[in-house]
Amino acid sequence: MLVDMAIVRLRGQLEKLAGSGSQHEVQGATVNELLATLESTHGALEGWILDERGVLRRHINVFVNGEIAQPDTAVSDGDRIEILPAISGG
Amino acid sequence: MTELLVGTRKGLFVLEGEPGANFAITRRAFEGEPVDYAMREPHSGRVFAAVTSPFWGPRIWFTDDLDDDWQPATGVALPKGGDQALKRIWVIVASDDGSRLWAGGDPGVLFESRDCGATWQLNHALFEHPTRPRWRPDSGGLSVHSIAPWPGDPGRLALAISAAGVWLTDDGGATWRHGNAGIVADYLPQEARASAIDLCVHHLERAQGRPERLFLQFHGGVYRSDDAGESWQDIAAGLPSDFGFPVVLDPADPDSAYLIPVATADRVTPGGRVLVWETRDAGANWIARGEGLPQSDAYLQVLRQSFAGAGDGDELQLYFGATSGEMFGSRDAGATWFTVASRLPAIASVRVG
Repeated sequence: MLVDMAIVRLRGQLEKLAGSGSQHEVQGATVNELLATLESTHGALEGWILDERGVLRRHINVFVNGEIAQPDTAVSDGDRIEILPAISGG
Repeated sequence: MTELLVGTRKGLFVLEGEPGANFAITRRAFEGEPVDYAMREPHSGRVFAAVTSPFWGPRIWFTDDLDDDWQPATGVALPKGGDQALKRIWVIVASDDGSRLWAGGDPGVLFESRDCGATWQLNHALFEHPTRPRWRPDSGGLSVHSIAPWPGDPGRLALAISAAGVWLTDDGGATWRHGNAGIVADYLPQEARASAIDLCVHHLERAQGRPERLFLQFHGGVYRSDDAGESWQDIAAGLPSDFGFPVVLDPADPDSAYLIPVATADRVTPGGRVLVWETRDAGANWIARGEGLPQSDAYLQVLRQSFAGAGDGDELQLYFGATSGEMFGSRDAGATWFTVASRLPAIASVRVG
């Protein structure tokens, strides 16, 4: 059976931690599911994007096909996902 | 040459210099990220930094060479799938033989490592303590900020939590009990004080040469214990204010303590004078030490981890930093002071490497 896979592009610290390049095929029906799968398949990423409660860290933005997404945003086969630090700080 | 590890709101600064003159900034790390605490474990030489990334969350990093990469430690997290997340690591302390490390954090949690800080385990007995619902965070959070091991016996610890008082264990953290007798919380109604456990301890230190003795800076009060933290007596008489945060002891003298009192109302150095107060008789008398420190128009805020010592006796070195980015040091146990650095970002912690 074929499963839907999105393409997650990692940069910077996340890319370094995950290893094996910047692009990763990850399964998940929603953004949060996909991020949980990403963290579990790349153990070094655990806790970097989702906290212990499974909540997306406050100053992280997730984009699906260039549009900012929410944790419950649906993800489809071939969608392009980016995980980026938000514009914040001082 | 003395090395200082300075955690700031904008990263870790490593300063080196000969005591008595300005130190040089020799390295930086974690540029732009809050470094809440940094220390060097003396046996291994490994350096640790507690970094609270606004993006990626709190983490302990370590390196064996300040010129090499830093590695993230593992296990510094609360149980997955629970209803709480780790907010910050406040302090990292090593046992005197280097066999164990402890890290304290928010929300009122303790981690332990037995492999020189590469992996850490949550202390579940404290995390799941039945009184936890009555613990109350202060404005800085619910923090384990002071960890005082017993020299030669890493199974005996005293902790301080803001605002959940003093905690003691004699069995390596399998069980915990309060050590609050004698501490008076003036910020609570009279009727509530006797049974209060939401006690806002600001700092706790153990005398190395007499481990049953501890000194404690409270949220309004300075205390000493001579029975390993079971009970406390007020020793604030003679100080300009009983409010403050950091405490440093001279390892050679169990009757010694150094404090930097601040005004209760605004938490800055009172009257615009920067003074370190010293006792050499266990708190019976306090002496102001200010030679070389700013004595007018200086309203400094010195946070609880921003005062540290190294050496002992007449050669005790003392260093403290302020949120203004100024740092001062003494190479003669506080008798005279010099400026270490003047233009750092807001300083959160100072430790001698």
